[in-house]
Amino acid sequence: MKCQHCEKPATFHITELADSGEPQEFHLCEDHARLYLNQTQEEDQQLAGGFGGVMANQLKVGQTAEELARLDQQVCPVCGISFYEFRHSGRLGCPYDYVCFSDEIEPLVVNIHGETQHTGKRPKHGVKDIQRQTDVIRLRREMKEAVDQEDYELASKLRDDIRRIESEDKSA
Amino acid sequence: MERPVKLEKLASQCGEWLRGSGPESDIVISSRIRLARNLADFPFIRKCNDQDRESIERVLRERIESVGAWSGASYFDVSELDTVDRQFLVERQLISRELAETEGARGVLIDSNEKFSLMINEEDHLRIQVMHSGLALEEAWAQVNQIDDEIEEGVTYAFHPQLGYLTACPTNVGTGLRVSVMLHLPALVITRQIEKVFNSLQKISLAVRGLYGEGSQAMGDFYQISNQITLGRSEKDLIDQVGEVVPVLIDYERKARDFLKKESEKDLHDRVSRAYGILCTAQTISSEETMHLLSSVRMGVNLGLIEDLEIPTINKLFIHTQPAHLQKLRGIELETADRNIERAHYLKRHLHRSEDDDQLESN
Repeated sequence: MKCQHCEKPATFHITELADSGEPQEFHLCEDHARLYLNQTQEEDQQLAGGFGGVMANQLKVGQTAEELARLDQQVCPVCGISFYEFRHSGRLGCPYDYVCFSDEIEPLVVNIHGETQHTGKRPKHGVKDIQRQTDVIRLRREMKEAVDQEDYELASKLRDDIRRIESEDKSA
Repeated sequence: MERPVKLEKLASQCGEWLRGSGPESDIVISSRIRLARNLADFPFIRKCNDQDRESIERVLRERIESVGAWSGASYFDVSELDTVDRQFLVERQLISRELAETEGARGVLIDSNEKFSLMINEEDHLRIQVMHSGLALEEAWAQVNQIDDEIEEGVTYAFHPQLGYLTACPTNVGTGLRVSVMLHLPALVITRQIEKVFNSLQKISLAVRGLYGEGSQAMGDFYQISNQITLGRSEKDLIDQVGEVVPVLIDYERKARDFLKKESEKDLHDRVSRAYGILCTAQTISSEETMHLLSSVRMGVNLGLIEDLEIPTINKLFIHTQPAHLQKLRGIELETADRNIERAHYLKRHLHRSEDDDQLESN
């Protein structure tokens, strides 16, 4: 892929995620990437004295093309969203994405909030680990896939698993 | 489908956020706090199929209806409402544009005096919003926190010990809290100081938006100030930060008004009177122009330059002249050109008889 501003190969792939609107993608050579990043930093500094505000709204992911392609193909085992789909929509697919994409999401979270540790209110009951919380999401998806493939034996086994978890949750 | 009678009733009222009372209400229109929550055992909306959305709506609706604390609130199946009704709820700030425009199972519970609304299947499974007239963040937080606790007793929210409440967009993760205060800042706009104010707010990670939230224009000189950060600080800290900056903005706006009155009272009086004149005599007028002129008139009343009008009347006109409101009040659908004529009639009728507030209610 060529740089958007010259004939050199694009080695920087930058996605700007915003709170609203469509994410924007930039494919740039090293020189133009540096120019672009400095320019946005200057804009940020003018607007926000170098911190917060606009800056907090932008999540920068700068990787090489290979790294990005590899990342994009990662898929959440629970909801099936790919990292590519998240990057393009700015929306995650399920709670488990925070776990399975944690290496990628943590820098984004730091960029937006400047922190990674929640210090506010907590639910008063029933906080289970995320894996346990999201099992049933995965099972429902697998059941639907089994039905689509007309594997009714698997589908009914999965349905029983889902019912068992749901009834455990109710009695808990 | 039977038309939701209750919506017609709402149309004749002013709504909490434009009630025009509460502390500092000449400048602070309303205080709003919302929480974003998701059920632990369903995907976020983007990965939901139709069945998931229906299940989420059913689970949350049953949970909400089993909590007795909100007698008088009404539940609306948003997918059953027509375009005008959905836009009407957006204009009243009871649902978001996202909830109005999206597809599939979704709903909203609306408090009878419009102090809170609970949106199901918006960007997150549940959005709890509380809105109070004037500057009243503590009261709003107490109420939203209580609603959240009551719902949480019967469902399991997606929660991560380190990251807090998990949300569809990482911009809301942690507390899931957005606190916004809506301000009317016409003098800062006239004196061209508004940009400066915004820049300094951005320095402390506060966002400024227009009347109808993200991406909307600052119609009628209304601005919403809200937090951007949702993780790493407690709800109280986030609310306090906005709460502390609002009095500073009120002070700036008051100083700008005083300055205008002192340095150019004739020009200001002229501007306000002309705005009033156009609103009283126009034959056809757009929503934008109406908002713009009402903004001047509102400031004029606050500064004592117009004496035969009251703030609640103007606030009512702000909301009643919005496109969907006009159509609801007339009881028929109208194209833009007809709406502009109807709007001019409506303004003429109500500005001439502003002393008779009941008239406004009944029309």
